[in-house]
Amino acid sequence: MSGFTGEIQLVYVLAAACFVVGLHLMNSPATARRGNQVSIAGMVIAGIATLILLIHDGTVTAAGWIVLISGTLIGSAIGLYAARTVQMTAMPQLVSAFNAVGGGAAALIAIYGYIESESNAGGVLGATTVFTLLDVLIGAVTFSGSIIAAGKLQGTIPGQPIIFKGGRAINVALAVVAIGAAAFMLTTASLPALLIVVLASLAFGVMMVLPIGGADMPVVISLLNAFTGTAVAMAGFVIGNWALIVAGALVGASGSILTKLMADAMNRSLANIIVGGFGTGDSAIAVEAAADAQVRSIAADDAAIQLAYASKVIIVPGYGLAAAQAQHGVAELAKILEDRGIEVSYAIHPVAGRMPGHMNVLLAEANVPYPQLREMDEINPEFARTDVALVIGANDVTNPAARRPGNDISGMPILDVDQAKAIIVVKRSMGTGYAGMENELYFDPKTSMFFADAKKAMADLTAAVKTLVG
Amino acid sequence: MSTALVTDLTIFVLALLVGIEVIGKVPATLHTPLMSATNSIHGIVLAGALLIGVTAHTVVGYILAFVAAVFASANVVGGYVVTERMLKMFRRKAQPQVKAQPQPELDGKGRQ
Repeated sequence: MSGFTGEIQLVYVLAAACFVVGLHLMNSPATARRGNQVSIAGMVIAGIATLILLIHDGTVTAAGWIVLISGTLIGSAIGLYAARTVQMTAMPQLVSAFNAVGGGAAALIAIYGYIESESNAGGVLGATTVFTLLDVLIGAVTFSGSIIAAGKLQGTIPGQPIIFKGGRAINVALAVVAIGAAAFMLTTASLPALLIVVLASLAFGVMMVLPIGGADMPVVISLLNAFTGTAVAMAGFVIGNWALIVAGALVGASGSILTKLMADAMNRSLANIIVGGFGTGDSAIAVEAAADAQVRSIAADDAAIQLAYASKVIIVPGYGLAAAQAQHGVAELAKILEDRGIEVSYAIHPVAGRMPGHMNVLLAEANVPYPQLREMDEINPEFARTDVALVIGANDVTNPAARRPGNDISGMPILDVDQAKAIIVVKRSMGTGYAGMENELYFDPKTSMFFADAKKAMADLTAAVKTLVG
Repeated sequence: MSTALVTDLTIFVLALLVGIEVIGKVPATLHTPLMSATNSIHGIVLAGALLIGVTAHTVVGYILAFVAAVFASANVVGGYVVTERMLKMFRRKAQPQVKAQPQPELDGKGRQ
């Protein structure tokens, strides 16, 4: 390492420090924006340092500059356009797409490095070969897996688990081939073997995500995020760059933590999710509510009376709320209730959305102040002194059956909605949720079912409350 | 094992521990912005793409470097912009709606 490269390495450490401080500032919504800006500053520093290094190096050909500059400009334009136009409901797809390109770029670096050094007389085998191979393996799996995940979230690929006979055997075979070819390359430099590693890893990524159902997406996205980080760190080992190593490790840590949080919130092991969903997926069989005697149905006017004369209301939003684009309607209703002096808060289950924290962003977009968005453990004790719990588009996360052993959702942490004095459930039909189970909450004598599309229900409730309170 | 590699591994392990410590404190409400922020942080791979792209002298090399640069820069720019967009929406208090919302007016039923 020449003296100059060493100094640049120090600048990279500064950039890495900015990333850490930036992430630290994200521990509160009040400082989070500053955190993002500190992180941007770190990235700019790293970018400038890299440019200086390139210019100082002086080995870049004219064609090389054109390739790099045009590539960067085109990529930036694509990123900028996507980031500015994306709907908040489509955030999980965008994050998946970013995971894909991040993992893909990391893999390309390793592939490129391998090809280049193979053409050199010195050969490719060295201390970093193992990192090169790990980078290719993880990066390629992330790339194809994230594309499939994004496709599922977007609806281009059916959201329900796609399972076919022998799928698991193919998965195992692909993994064996990819790792076997990689192991072979540790002792013998071989371009065809690299190609096999790449192709088998890409196929494995596809096969890994296809059998996973839509509601498990929070786990999958987090996991792929962790993979991307790891791939970037491996790329850092390959080219001996500290900024990549630190940034990759940070992202790897973040993705791993989120993966664990999400899996815990569903009380399912990671292996269980990867191996395949409950089998029903998003599109649960809609069992029509055929005047079931045990279920009490309610009209907008009656629901409005309950809400308007409550002193404490907790709103429990689920993915159905976002799917119906009802978040603005909910916020409007909540505002009217608040203006009447009613205490309104939102109980957010960790998996109430298609990625970690998704529901919070959707509600923040609808102008809901963040102090009202409460985490499960924090708000659960409050249900007992709540007059009305308004459940909108959430199902399994409110099912008291989870407290009993012996069923599909046993042990899953749930919101204690059944503790509230009265419960209003807004739902289109009596269809079951992701787990394909009846929700016992609906048969509770305290529960009234308001059968309607979430968006229309919110408009009706808002109008009814307005009429009522004048 | 070379000293450089040992140093790299040390940095990796320490950064991993720092990451776990720092990110464990991020509240659930910010998990989506956190994820897009970390997305843009791993966009640092752009620096790697550029550094390795400089040695390109073959067509295959140029293509790989170009695609890596496109991927990585989309990642870094898009990630930061969308994170900023999301974080701007998080407010302590509800702001008065600037945009005139189509208010469903009471349709002649009158007030009570």
